Amino acid sequence: MMETDTKLLRRGGDTKSQRGTEESPFVKGVLITIALSFVVVFLLLPLMNVFWQSLSRGVRVYWESFVDPDTRSAIKLTLLIAGIAVPLNLVFGLAAAWATAKFNFKGKPILISLIDLPFAVSPVVAGLLFVVLFGRQGFFGEWLADRNINIIFAVPGMVLATIFITFPFVARELIPVMEATGTEQEQAALTLGASGWQTFWYVTLPSVRWGLLYGLILCNARAMGEFGAVSVVSGHITGQTDTMPLRVEKLYQSASAASMTAAFAVASLLALLALVTLVIKTFLEWRTQREFDLAQRAVPEAPVLAPSIQISSRSS
Amino acid sequence: MAARKFNALPGFGLTMGFTIVYLSVIVLIPIGGLIFKALGMSWAELWRLATTERAMAAYRLTFGASFIAAFMNAIFGTILAWVLVRYHFPGRRFVDALVDIPFALPTAVAGLTLANLYSPNGWLGQWLVPMGIKGAYSQLGVVIALTFVGLPFVVRTLQPVLEGMEREVEEVAATLGAGRFRTFISVVAPTLFPTVITGFALSFARAVGEYGSVIFISSNIPRKTEIAPLVIITLLEQYEYTGAMALAVVLLIISFTLLIAINLLERWASRYHQHS
Repeated sequence: MMETDTKLLRRGGDTKSQRGTEESPFVKGVLITIALSFVVVFLLLPLMNVFWQSLSRGVRVYWESFVDPDTRSAIKLTLLIAGIAVPLNLVFGLAAAWATAKFNFKGKPILISLIDLPFAVSPVVAGLLFVVLFGRQGFFGEWLADRNINIIFAVPGMVLATIFITFPFVARELIPVMEATGTEQEQAALTLGASGWQTFWYVTLPSVRWGLLYGLILCNARAMGEFGAVSVVSGHITGQTDTMPLRVEKLYQSASAASMTAAFAVASLLALLALVTLVIKTFLEWRTQREFDLAQRAVPEAPVLAPSIQISSRSS
Repeated sequence: MAARKFNALPGFGLTMGFTIVYLSVIVLIPIGGLIFKALGMSWAELWRLATTERAMAAYRLTFGASFIAAFMNAIFGTILAWVLVRYHFPGRRFVDALVDIPFALPTAVAGLTLANLYSPNGWLGQWLVPMGIKGAYSQLGVVIALTFVGLPFVVRTLQPVLEGMEREVEEVAATLGAGRFRTFISVVAPTLFPTVITGFALSFARAVGEYGSVIFISSNIPRKTEIAPLVIITLLEQYEYTGAMALAVVLLIISFTLLIAINLLERWASRYHQHS
């Protein structure tokens, strides 16, 4: 690498001015090639392969995969579980962000660390936690068995495991956003006679809406795609306690060519969900970045002036 | 936990109450329950169950494969982050968005497609298997799956640091006569190193707990290609709850240790780029 550098240096010209802060074109080319090869092998090929394999036996076979009632029930169950887990974590995220971002209290950093805790726990261990609580030999096992309530190897356990796994998503996105907006606007609203709920609904919520959406789509993607934790508490009853990811596993394990295509067909729906999530996420990041840039540009020059006035004063 | 300063905003009691109750019911009580049950066992019993021959083989594979995967991600992730921040090439934004795929793609889908890709008939397997490289149903497969799931961590940890780095320092080094390679080794690399280590630790922590993608691509043979989370599931299916709990406690302790280590690493890393 050094040799190339010195050679270019001796040649002089336009490379000379940048020799210290930029790599030679050769090094640049090598690094870009390595990086892109890594991305192609580890990200692009696996993603393309999902769609390719699912359509490998034609579009008709692809559609027929979804006629299977067991696959349909898996799709319904996935939607049901996400439909319960995501709104609950949304309400929690809003409450936790309001309490931690708008108020000061002792132990705030500890509370925020505790909210992040589920991210550190292995999904399989997360599932086991609920078996220990509600399983046959668990703390409430006998009590539940006497009343014929099934939590483990049934839908309630799968909902609980999903809530645990997706617990931090909304809260951790909202807390920094709510902290950044401060409390002045809310206090102004309250002074002007708004009720607490009105303030929250008309002032706080609109100001954090993009952060909220960001947390929400990530939470939803994880809730629909969760495998390990749900697998532990599911019981794997075909047509009853299989979610889409569990259905993918079952079709994969039956190892016939037809079921393999069906596995990829279900997987393609989940991959599509991932792509849609990424597109929205990228859009939201681009939007936040642009708003940030605009604010950066506007503030130092004339913080009190409205943008339109600023432009006219600059042109004069 | 009373509000310290005067604060006119309402709803602290309600939201804080709900937060504490929800956090306790969903997270704290379940984790506490496992620890309480595990403490019910004697230390000797816990130790015996957590260190069976099968468990030890699974730990070796889990931690070994996670380490190799995190190391791969540290090297290629650093190059990728560098290329994405410093260079301009067509499709840069597209590649940047692709980096988040492992975060968004369900692990079962990742495992399914990776296993297919490296199988003897797969796009990559048809070339690699005749060369003797068996990516699917092997220990190498475990490394491949764990590399995939941990890929975004190093890139996403490094990118903001690279963007915030002051180019002036590199210009000074160049003015003082250092070549580009020398500047990189003596000026750039030491600044980036703590962040790369943080990304490595995040990627490693993610890999240790991973289950979904691995069981698709691994042949899951006890003592050979079986990871620790799978041992827990197998024990549960055989109704050996105490054995499963012993391994779960080991994984939980390691996860929390890694969490604390990562927090310390982040604090260490942030000292290296506190500018402006």
